[in-house]
Amino acid sequence: MAVETLWFVIVVMMFAVYAVLDGFDFGTGIIYLFVARTDEERQLVLKAIGPVWKGNEVWLVAGGGLLFLAFPKVFAAGFSGFYLALNLVLWFLIMRGLSIALRSHLRNPLWRTFWDAIFSVFNLLLAVVFGAALGNIIRGVPLGPDGYFFAALWTTFTPGPIPGILDWFTVFVGLLAVAMLAVHGANYLAIKTDAAVQTRARRIADRGSWAVVLLALMAVPVLLFVQPALQDGYVAHPVGCVLPLTVGAALFAAQYFRRRQRDGAVFVSWSLFILGSVGSVAWGLFPNLLIAVEDPSSSLTIHNSAASSYGLRVGLVWFGIGISLVIGYTIWVYVSFRGKVEQGLFGGPYE
Amino acid sequence: MTSALFYDRLQFAVTATFHYLFPQLTIGLAVLIVYLKSRAYWSQDAHYDEAAHFWTKIFALSFAFGVVTGIPMEFQFGMNWAKFSTFAGGVIGQTLAMEGVFAFFLESTFLGVLLFGRKKFGPFVQWMTTVMLFLGSWLSGLFILATNAWMQHPVAYGVDQDGTVHMTSLWGLLTNPWLVWQFTHTMTAAVATGSFVMASVGAYYLLSGIHIDAAKTFLRTGVVVGAIATTALLFPTGHHAALQVFEHQPIKGAAFEGLFYTESGADLVIFGQPNMDTLTIDNPLVAPKMLSFIIHKYFGAEIKGLSDFPREDWPDTMPLLYYTYHIMVGLGTMFIPLMLTAVVLLWRERLFQARWMLWTIMLMAPFPYIATTAGWMTAELGRQPWLVYGLFRTADGNSPLVGSGNVLFSLLGFLGLYVLLGLLFLFLFFEMVSRGPAVTGGPRSSSEPTG
Ligand code: HDD
Ligand code: HEM
Ligand code: HEM
Repeated sequence: MAVETLWFVIVVMMFAVYAVLDGFDFGTGIIYLFVARTDEERQLVLKAIGPVWKGNEVWLVAGGGLLFLAFPKVFAAGFSGFYLALNLVLWFLIMRGLSIALRSHLRNPLWRTFWDAIFSVFNLLLAVVFGAALGNIIRGVPLGPDGYFFAALWTTFTPGPIPGILDWFTVFVGLLAVAMLAVHGANYLAIKTDAAVQTRARRIADRGSWAVVLLALMAVPVLLFVQPALQDGYVAHPVGCVLPLTVGAALFAAQYFRRRQRDGAVFVSWSLFILGSVGSVAWGLFPNLLIAVEDPSSSLTIHNSAASSYGLRVGLVWFGIGISLVIGYTIWVYVSFRGKVEQGLFGGPYE
Repeated sequence: MTSALFYDRLQFAVTATFHYLFPQLTIGLAVLIVYLKSRAYWSQDAHYDEAAHFWTKIFALSFAFGVVTGIPMEFQFGMNWAKFSTFAGGVIGQTLAMEGVFAFFLESTFLGVLLFGRKKFGPFVQWMTTVMLFLGSWLSGLFILATNAWMQHPVAYGVDQDGTVHMTSLWGLLTNPWLVWQFTHTMTAAVATGSFVMASVGAYYLLSGIHIDAAKTFLRTGVVVGAIATTALLFPTGHHAALQVFEHQPIKGAAFEGLFYTESGADLVIFGQPNMDTLTIDNPLVAPKMLSFIIHKYFGAEIKGLSDFPREDWPDTMPLLYYTYHIMVGLGTMFIPLMLTAVVLLWRERLFQARWMLWTIMLMAPFPYIATTAGWMTAELGRQPWLVYGLFRTADGNSPLVGSGNVLFSLLGFLGLYVLLGLLFLFLFFEMVSRGPAVTGGPRSSSEPTG
């Protein structure tokens, strides 16, 4: 395998893992106001993600850094092209992070209600924007021959030649993301909590998962209609078909385990479902990183945007070491904090 | 496009300055927390454990703000500086990615462990966790400074046919000679910030007559570490930072010293306002021939002045650069005698009664922040008009298609949000300080993290 291909896989993997890990934080936030009603319940829910959400967020930061390392042109074109959307992402991430960190600092109920609402709303918005971002990458962007573009937030709301960041397709992907992550968060809470919160989480997950099944079935034709080139990757490398098959199987398994209330197995299957979905899209897009809507020859691919081969090679070496360490201590943390969260005596993580 | 460039620069300056207010405290506190926690661990002293826990909470607060303001920094490379990212990604992509993989994961993961694992883990794991936090925060300093050092003093690169650069040696990039003094100077400054804040909280408690035991520990630790750090800021680290500027970036050096004309036996300007029309210093107060002596250890040595260089190579904010440098050095020069006096008082066992000193220490806490910010302004304004010194101009670096209206939009958004963030931080900081550390053995020590 060429070293550029390996870096394509690494970058996709970083963002896919980000979607799974920070995904359940988003999901928890989306359903937060419904799943947890009293102050104690909300503390419990926040405690369920408390020790891990910061580490989860780093997959995004590190993923961005690795994209910069491996495909600087894509980093430059993509980040400047999505300028407006990314500013929203940044502001939303700021509000989301603050709400978790600050909510339990004071005991004042107004303070807590305020941050509860912020937490929920901004997680929802983040899920929409990240979903829409994926939609944009699938649909393609108005890349010019100089390798740059600038996408308005919206234009005609159709995926035409001058597409905006929001059109019916990307909004659709955004909604799909919200549904998938809401269920993901509910699955997580079903593992980490008990009593009333767990019952509600299971109910939300159950109903939501059928919505996801429906949306996912719609998504397949829609995707192929908007971006026919998605087939190319599979035609070129048919082994990739295992990925969409995994997606289907994982979804099926999740529903199967859900009926038997095997929360752990549900969570694992659903995570696979998310990983597989991102992977399937990536397989279809390969070797493109950013597709130009008008002139395919302006597309940024792993061939015309990669950094020098020396950089990619040393990068591989230290990345291998670094990510092994990360995976090691991340697993250690999840294992250490496994099991149901318990109600504490006092209000905040800092007391 | 000039105005887009202006807003791009302003936005980077605002967001970087604001971001760095938080990591400098966490980087500094990390060392002090490791110290407190080590004493708690080895002497099994609950007093030190409570002290460490109190500062861990402050650390966590500052860390939370550091993280949320840090992500915009990384994204801005691509968002606002697309042409620079295309040009330099082959080099600085490495260090930025290493920072994510080696430092941010470590810090973010172990902070969760420290905050939520007080009941779960034994003393050894807790102690080790503080060491991991220290490692994580210092490594992120190292990698981000390696990035900046390369922009100040590019090494280990080759130029491709399309005009972009690629890295030729990772080792060379990480052992950039510029990095040695930049890293030591910046980290020492962070330790100064941490120790000043710790001493300041201690002084506040003593003056208010509350949390006396904790206060004495904070003061003792803060003052001793503060004295060492401030001294090291001047010599060797600051002195060598200046030497390397004069060696590799003579225009920056001349600009921040306010030296307009080449002189043998150049004076050191201590006070005065640069006059950009006459190219002189108004009402100067100088130390005769000292600049030549400091830089070349010889009073008659020649130092090049600004007018020997083409005007388009001068930093375009020369007077501001001059002031920020003088603010940093001025404050640094005042910190040293102050902290040394405090140490002498401590040694004579008179510090805790010397109210004038306690007042001074209490009110000093903001000043290392000011010095640090001024120092960064010196480094970054002085790098202009280059984005990568001698290689790539700032004017060529911003995103070609992001217009001024859009950058102003985001700049205003950040300004609004950051005012709010700043107020929130101060409010919560004072709230935490006024709650104070738990009394050892009291009811609070049985508290556990929740929520
Ligand atoms: C508490 C903060 C603090 C204090 C008291 C000082 N510095 Fe400093 N200085 C910094 C905090 C700082 C910094 C924020 O850490 C900088 C910004 C970039 C860097 O590498 O370090 C810096 C940069 C910086 C530079 C610019 C390097 C460049 O352009 O890349 C020089 C020449 C000095 N310092 C020299 C000094 C001297 C001679 C001091 C004498 C007391 C001094 N600093 C005190
Ligand atoms: C955290 C402390 C820092 C502060 C306070 C700071 C401050 C500034 C300021 C004031 C400017 C505007 C200069 C001008 O336009 O005249 C600037 C620009 C910039 N800085 Fe920094 N900086 C910091 C750290 C860094 C680091 C570590 C890097 C590299 C990794 C960096 C990269 C840049 C870039 C890319 C620009 C924009 C281009 C330019 O104007 O030169 N900065 N910074
Ligand atoms: C202008 C260039 C800079 C960029 C692009 C940048 C990037 C970032 C990012 C992305 C984060 C969040 C990490 C996370 O998610 O855990 C962060 C936090 C942090 N940054 Fe920066 N940073 C810059 C300047 C600096 C400087 C100059 C230093 C220190 C010398 C520094 C030290 C830290 C530390 C220690 C953290 C951890 C959070 C904290 O301790 O407050 N950064 N930075």
